[in-house]
Amino acid sequence: MKTILKCENLKAKYDGTTVLENLSFTVNEGDYLCILGENGSGKSTLVKCLLGIKNADGGKISFGEGIAQSDLGYLSQHTAMQKGFPATVREVVLSGCLGKRGLRPFYSAAEKKTAAEVMERLGITELASRSCRELSGGQQQKMLLARALCAAKKMLLLDEPVTGLDPAAAAEMYELISELNKKDKMTIIMVSHDVQKAVEESNRILCLCSNSCSFFGTPKEYTESHLSTKLIGE
Amino acid sequence: MTENLKLMFTPEFFSSILLPALIGGICVTICASLLGVTLVLKKYSMIGDGLSHIGYGALSVAAVMNLAPLKVALPVVIIAAFILLRLSENSKLNGDSAIALFSTTALSIGILVSSKAGLTNDVSHYMFGSILAMDKSDVILSVVLSVIVILAFILLYNRIFAVTFDENFARATGVNAGIYNMIFAVLTAVTVVLGMMMMGSLLISSLIVIPTLTAMRVCRSFRGVVLTAGTVSVISFLLGMLIALMFNTAPGASIVIVNVFFFVVFSVIGRFRR
Repeated sequence: MKTILKCENLKAKYDGTTVLENLSFTVNEGDYLCILGENGSGKSTLVKCLLGIKNADGGKISFGEGIAQSDLGYLSQHTAMQKGFPATVREVVLSGCLGKRGLRPFYSAAEKKTAAEVMERLGITELASRSCRELSGGQQQKMLLARALCAAKKMLLLDEPVTGLDPAAAAEMYELISELNKKDKMTIIMVSHDVQKAVEESNRILCLCSNSCSFFGTPKEYTESHLSTKLIGE
Repeated sequence: MTENLKLMFTPEFFSSILLPALIGGICVTICASLLGVTLVLKKYSMIGDGLSHIGYGALSVAAVMNLAPLKVALPVVIIAAFILLRLSENSKLNGDSAIALFSTTALSIGILVSSKAGLTNDVSHYMFGSILAMDKSDVILSVVLSVIVILAFILLYNRIFAVTFDENFARATGVNAGIYNMIFAVLTAVTVVLGMMMMGSLLISSLIVIPTLTAMRVCRSFRGVVLTAGTVSVISFLLGMLIALMFNTAPGASIVIVNVFFFVVFSVIGRFRR
């Protein structure tokens, strides 16, 4: 199996406090990795390091052959989106193509086609001209997923993708992510608080703990470990 | 009123006073409204207000030391813009608090220095502005600045949108958001210094904030907001100037009141469109 992302002895600090230490894990092509952990365990710091927004304080993050950091499609929480921002769905989705276009001022026909195909794939074509402030939480999250897919080459990094969604929208989002992984062979890295869903959907689990210890293994190994009982209860 | 209108169209008044004021004013207005779109949407609305107070302090110190006002104010306000944007992003000090701290300190220094030197009246026009006193060098600087801002908005439009909408995502896709923030800091600082000479330090932030808020009442897209804010600000400027000349009112305040009028009209239209 081809390695797509490798983290070796990663160390990172947040506000001067070490939150990640000696963290090592590997993501292979087609993997569905769930990152779990309590608040303050370093999940957000790890996401920032993987995206290149924050420099690690030690260790190494390397990507597989032919893959750059900017090929990682990133889906932030829709709750982090500014309320009332005036932008159409098409404008937001197209902005996912930015990383691939150097300094050209306008989007090419190919990029517009990619954005249209992604919107079609996620069933939001009819929302293209709507303002993102008029959308429901679920629709906003699909729009942000479409933007991430425009940027993604082979890998998606999803930061708590169902936070703030109602159960039906959350279920639809999980189904879409699962489809992208199984049908489109997209490698998924998902930060989540939903331990049950993580165990059901993923094939790898990385559990971060606030005292810098961590678990990396299969869902089965995870459920047999003491960490799972810590997060989901006995 | 008729006398004022007659005076407006005398060749001497028009070419030596009104024309430079109109050219310089339109250019500064366009810059302020375009930069305002990003500043308002990134929640830096008060930065124009803060920078203008810092500019007032710098201009007062320059006047007391008998130095060229722009040569002192421009670098000081540019450095202040960098510091304020940096503090807003990274510091534990809240962005609004940082602006309040810096601006009131600079304003106090300006007032202390000018009152001690007995120059309160000389620097008071920076407080309220004097658009009809714009000289040739102010106009040239305004034209150059507006060309740079308009070109930046055309060539970097999509990146400006991305950095404004979601800076983390933009950074993740390889956009150097830090460079864009730096460019914005410099352009905003220059616009504020030029604008405060025209509108006064008390009113310049209105040129940055109100056109965007007005456009957001009716526009659904980012492109729509950018174009509408620019158009509304120029129309408000021209109408404000006309009112000021016809009724002998303060130009800066007249322009702000027209801007507010458009805000109210667009708010009503926006409510009916929903």
